[in-house]
Amino acid sequence: MEAAAEPGNLAGVRHIILVLSGKGGVGKSTISTELALALRHQGKKVGILDVDLCGPSIPHMLHAQGKAVHQCDSGWVPVFVDQEQSISLMSVGFLLENPDEAVVWRGPKKHALIKQFVSDVAWGELDYLVVDTPPGTSDEHMATVEALRPYKPLGALVVTTPQAVSIGDVRRELTFCKKTGLQVIGVIENMSGFACPHCAECTNVFSSGGGEELARLAGVPFLGSVPLDPQLTRSLEEGRDFIQEFPKSTAYSALTSIAHKVLHQMPALCS
Amino acid sequence: MEGAPHGCPGADSAQAGRGASCQGCPNQKLCASGAGAAPDPAVEEIREKMKTVRHRILVLSGKGGVGKSTFSAHLAHGLAEDGDTQVALLDIDICGPSIPKIMGLEGEQVHQSGSGWSPVYVEDNLGVMSVGFLLSSPDDAVIWRGPKKNGMIKQFLRDVDWGDVDYLVIDTPPGTSDEHLSVVQYLAAAHIDGAVILTTPQEVALQDVRKEISFCHKVKLPIIGVVENMSGFICPKCKRESQIFPPTTGGAEAMCQALKIPLLGKVPLDPHIGKSCDKGQSFFVEAPDSPATAAYKSIIQRIREFCNSRQSHDENLISP
Repeated sequence: MEAAAEPGNLAGVRHIILVLSGKGGVGKSTISTELALALRHQGKKVGILDVDLCGPSIPHMLHAQGKAVHQCDSGWVPVFVDQEQSISLMSVGFLLENPDEAVVWRGPKKHALIKQFVSDVAWGELDYLVVDTPPGTSDEHMATVEALRPYKPLGALVVTTPQAVSIGDVRRELTFCKKTGLQVIGVIENMSGFACPHCAECTNVFSSGGGEELARLAGVPFLGSVPLDPQLTRSLEEGRDFIQEFPKSTAYSALTSIAHKVLHQMPALCS
Repeated sequence: MEGAPHGCPGADSAQAGRGASCQGCPNQKLCASGAGAAPDPAVEEIREKMKTVRHRILVLSGKGGVGKSTFSAHLAHGLAEDGDTQVALLDIDICGPSIPKIMGLEGEQVHQSGSGWSPVYVEDNLGVMSVGFLLSSPDDAVIWRGPKKNGMIKQFLRDVDWGDVDYLVIDTPPGTSDEHLSVVQYLAAAHIDGAVILTTPQEVALQDVRKEISFCHKVKLPIIGVVENMSGFICPKCKRESQIFPPTTGGAEAMCQALKIPLLGKVPLDPHIGKSCDKGQSFFVEAPDSPATAAYKSIIQRIREFCNSRQSHDENLISP
């Protein structure tokens, strides 16, 4: 049994959810953001840690870009994105002076910053910390998982799209989880089909069915499919709360269903 | 802001290990000692190897999932449609190799010959190299740190027997990471014709493209242009167009105008593209009449013209 790490700033966090993907661009940041919003709407206190050092996008999605990060005795203070202070965010995006500047760092520097993000953010009391990890099985990805692994309970959500090429990467991601001893909460298939707003015809733009079959083959839960929804994309672009504003959309029901399953899946990891 | 400097001067800079931005970096001592500045002898070896390669094209994207590997594969297919043009496709996405699948080469293995590794040929004039060919199982996770990835890229550039090649297309990982620094540094002496940057229309993707452009300027990598992928969707039933990925800030077109970078073209979303990739077939063969095929062909022609004009420019410089 691995010795527990000094909890420090994570002492007040009840559950940590890593959001992983085998490939970038499958909507992992979208799922991270919407999961956090959906959990918040379930009355939970949520933090988001955006560890994509080269391409932080969550500040934009939550209309928090340009916010300043302040220091307190126990470290960085996360940025609250809502008036009620029930959802907070830390991202490298807040630390860059110029949003267009390329962050071109070699591995060791990135690892040091990731460790700092994990240990030096004063989250306080949280029900859930959602960690948006870098895509794939890259250096930063590994550094993030290794920095968080000593903390419990820790679970992984794997995001994919239906396309088989993406499925190949998710198989590698699931192999990675197995090798590193990460418990998988489940697989989410994003960008599953598109309903034409003009005639309601449903088209599998990125193929279909792969995520569910993969979850079955890997013996992990399939948490659901999220359809392509321009309202969701636009909502994120404009930094609005999709969960609150578009309750009638197809993506909404998928996302709230997934959040519900996550809520009920997590306690099992404690045993 | 303390703890997060944004400007690494580079290991070979005179400021290495001494700049303000170096504070806090675990490598600071190593850089300050100057050990990092010693030129890698592989750079010269790679320059020699690259003498039989006329053009080198990097394909970059800010975000993953914008269709970069699909584009790289079809750029290679398109260039190779002329049977007299020899094309090579190098996949340096070490941790997420998808090129073998897209090219229909899953299960292929690399063979060693007296002159090095042999590429895997999908056509007589189209050879492919990827770490995917070195894995024993498609489920294997490649969990490598930076130095090992850099070593693999070095081997790919130095130890592969490409033969005489007109175009080498290099598919890189998303973002700006170790792999990008490595490939640019190793090809420094051989020169790269330019980079093609893939994006999708929404601002979240464009944010990262601006970083790619900044990276290219920083390392003096010419930019051939930007390609906007997944630009609109035509419903197969009612034929009307929808924007699945809305260009809320004007898309790549507005960004390219603002930054004075060529927009090479827009490729619409076509479900057949994904299906072709899943089957390892060229989309051009599967759906020759698709608007997406026409868009691809136009973009490939502009890339070809850029490379050729650059070649004549270089030749003019050489002539007495």
